[in-house]
Amino acid sequence: MQLAKVIGVVVVTRKDDTLHGIKLMVLQPLAPDGRAIGRTLIAVDAVGAGVGETVFFVRGKEASFPFYPTEVPTDAGIVGIVDQIDVPGT
Amino acid sequence: MQIARVVGTVVATQKHVKFGGAKLLLVQPIGLDDAPRGTPLLAVDSVGAGVHEKVLVVIEGRAAGEALGRKGAPVDAAIIGIVDHVDAQE
Repeated sequence: MQLAKVIGVVVVTRKDDTLHGIKLMVLQPLAPDGRAIGRTLIAVDAVGAGVGETVFFVRGKEASFPFYPTEVPTDAGIVGIVDQIDVPGT
Repeated sequence: MQIARVVGTVVATQKHVKFGGAKLLLVQPIGLDDAPRGTPLLAVDSVGAGVHEKVLVVIEGRAAGEALGRKGAPVDAAIIGIVDHVDAQE
């Protein structure tokens, strides 16, 4: 999993049927010190995250597991909202 | 699998139900020379690792779910061992 900040939402009207009712968020991956790293990506939301929140997301097929038994065609999914990060020595 | 150094902890109250009770640690993958390699990631801990320890990490969904002992958990990385030492020559 990786840390990220939710920086936006994607609105898609015409989409795969299994994606109906699922929020699509724009994520900027973060380093533990809060720096932006890597490219932005789109992820499905399984926990009710909002824009501006720090979250963690899972990559791969496992991103669809929160929607089981529906097989959502996704490769990234938000699975937690971060309260606190503790990195000693920074 | 990869060798990594635990660099921090993450607290998240609102997360997918399959994470219940799981410890989330920030790990930095390292090379055989202990130098950081790539970007830090979040892994669930199944062995009781702590900050600063050198650990063995699986970065693959199925293996990580098995380490957590929960089927269908939306995870893609898990700590599966604490490294005592590595004997290798590059």
